[in-house]
Amino acid sequence: MNAEVLISYFPLYGEAFWLTVRIGLIGIGLAFVIGIVTAFFSYFKVPFFSQLSKVYIELFRNTPLLVQLFFIYFGLPKIGIRISAEVCGVVGLGLLGGSYMAEGFRSGLEAVPKSQTESALALGMTRGQMFFNVIFPEAFSLSVPAIVANIIFLLKETSVFSAISLMDLMFTAKDLIGLYYNTTEALFLLVLFYMVMLLPVSILGNVIEKKVRFKMFGA
Amino acid sequence: MEEILNISNLTKRYDDLVVLDHVNLSVKKGEVIVLVGTSGCGKSTFLRCINALEKIQEGKVSLDGEVINPAGGKLNTVRERIGMVFQSYDLFPHKTVLQNMILAPVKVKKINKKEAEKEALALLDRVGLLSKKDSYPHQLSGGQKQRVAIVRALMMHPEVLLLDEITAALDPEMVREVLDVVISLAREGRTMIIVTHELTFARAVADRMIFIDGGKIVEEGSPEEFFNHPKTDRLKKFLDSFSYD
Repeated sequence: MNAEVLISYFPLYGEAFWLTVRIGLIGIGLAFVIGIVTAFFSYFKVPFFSQLSKVYIELFRNTPLLVQLFFIYFGLPKIGIRISAEVCGVVGLGLLGGSYMAEGFRSGLEAVPKSQTESALALGMTRGQMFFNVIFPEAFSLSVPAIVANIIFLLKETSVFSAISLMDLMFTAKDLIGLYYNTTEALFLLVLFYMVMLLPVSILGNVIEKKVRFKMFGA
Repeated sequence: MEEILNISNLTKRYDDLVVLDHVNLSVKKGEVIVLVGTSGCGKSTFLRCINALEKIQEGKVSLDGEVINPAGGKLNTVRERIGMVFQSYDLFPHKTVLQNMILAPVKVKKINKKEAEKEALALLDRVGLLSKKDSYPHQLSGGQKQRVAIVRALMMHPEVLLLDEITAALDPEMVREVLDVVISLAREGRTMIIVTHELTFARAVADRMIFIDGGKIVEEGSPEEFFNHPKTDRLKKFLDSFSYD
């Protein structure tokens, strides 16, 4: 491996890293919101919206991100909707992630004992007060492992952004290999930067998981 | 004494299964009623119908003259007035003891947080759990959890308190500490409807005993006549099942 090559590539990877992180974080934020809203609809069996949520979840969970991105990036312009590659990446990640997050939250919501609902209602809470003060916080800490897994999964999924010519890490690596054939260096930096991005998430996830678990169950 | 709770012709069915069959009961202010009966006789369902956790098919429940089940208006405002404690304690696991107690008063009754805390601490002191105010439920024993659940219900100043087999999940040595709290509540004149299998306790606390069997009130009376001179064979048989001589 050539150190000079590594050093000269570094800034390019740095830029791609921040682009990936930025799109990744905004997309995951969007996924989070979509996930909570859909889980809320299904939990309360809100007419129409809960069925809509189900269709959405199955549609996006069972199609690859690449296909979704192609649809948004190449398909939507055909009906006059034109969005930038970056926005497309965010939306694609948000929609795919939303379906995974929704399922993560749902598993948490379903794991909260029904008696918790009843004791909250028996104290005079409305269903909304019960959901936001009791059921959701409990479900959330039960969902943490699933959510952390989803976040890591989604960050890794950003590697398909290169297909819609977003200059993310994967795109940069492929580009550099195509231009200069320094395959070893390019791939080494690719792995390194993905690790730098994902390892902290994984570690932080473990810490949060332990913390909320401890508070709830003392295990 | 004036009537506070009136239950007339209450009927609860799950499809074809009749759980409660035209039950009538009038509860006076300050009265302590203990319901006993075999498992599955409908006594827990009866409590749950009173604060409308269950829909009823016939009859009605009125609190102070206002019909609360079937509820026309807002269920939550009715439930504020009827406290309920469950067998499984059901403290909120993500909140400390103190947070558990002030959640509903602050969110539902919009009581000032400081005031709610003050009241909560006084109640915790009363049940001997002041030192546990910042503990999480998982750090408490069953008996401690149940005492917290009782005072949490009291925080809402309920007019009637429903206790559903609150000692059934406890280790025997913890039953006493919980029942002592209930007895002290009875002494200060709280209106309570209690479902329990602790017959000695029932005898000590009840103003009126009620025996439910097959979804109907089969017999009722003062603890003295209920335990010493049961009139129906079904009650005799039920009471016999508790003795070993």
